[in-house]
Amino acid sequence: MITERKVDLTGLKCPMPIVKLTKLMKELDPGEALTATADDAAFCLDVESWCNSTGHELVRLEDVDKQLLAVIRKKDSPAE
Amino acid sequence: MTSTIEAFSPETVAALEQRIEGLEKRIERTADSNALNMVVFSGELDKLLAAFVIATGAAACGMRVSMFFSFWGAASLKKEGPQTGGKSIVERMFGWMLPGGLSRRKLSKLDMLGVGRQMMVREMAKKNVATLPELVEAAKELDVEIKICEMSMSLMGIRPEEIIDYPNMSYCGVASFVEQSSSSNTTLFI
Repeated sequence: MITERKVDLTGLKCPMPIVKLTKLMKELDPGEALTATADDAAFCLDVESWCNSTGHELVRLEDVDKQLLAVIRKKDSPAE
Repeated sequence: MTSTIEAFSPETVAALEQRIEGLEKRIERTADSNALNMVVFSGELDKLLAAFVIATGAAACGMRVSMFFSFWGAASLKKEGPQTGGKSIVERMFGWMLPGGLSRRKLSKLDMLGVGRQMMVREMAKKNVATLPELVEAAKELDVEIKICEMSMSLMGIRPEEIIDYPNMSYCGVASFVEQSSSSNTTLFI
């Protein structure tokens, strides 16, 4: 089951949006999704790179009039 | 096969075991090469901001991050407040010339005796850019490691009690930096 959580990163500048995302991601269970809104122009490319680096899945990334919306799904924990 | 092993003397077996143990430890240390290692040589606000933005960003992206503070970088990690006692005259002079405090760092350009610095700080606040103390806090939470050059410390007479409180911090020399660097895929000099 996928539940959705939300975070507003509006106003934060690089590197704080991804720093905050990193902290929040730790609280999520694998497979859980997080919806983040932001207005930092760098966030658009950065959230993609951050997902590539960390292995979390970028489900959706929208740019509506410089308001960014990203949906990120936490990766499965490494095989135990 | 058994006879071959028995052919080794206990001393040889012990020596081999020790070697294996050493190699295992080494592999453990170097297994994750997705690491960023930094020399922070400069102590100015702009360069420290760059260093900590990169460090926290890399840590957020899952890299192991270690920062090695040397010279002016080491001096920039001093807390505000009076110097500790028991220093030589020259060491005290270094202390006066290099006041501590993360929020009192100068700019490397356009500082203009503090005027440019104040403008920069005001703009940062207006545009919600993280301050140096905030970035250091973020680095703490992301488990960024700080190493401080012991030689710089003793050269400028800086005492460990004068350095900011930071959990993952140690005092070391160039060999620690080199070892860190050899197990990191990225090393920067700032």
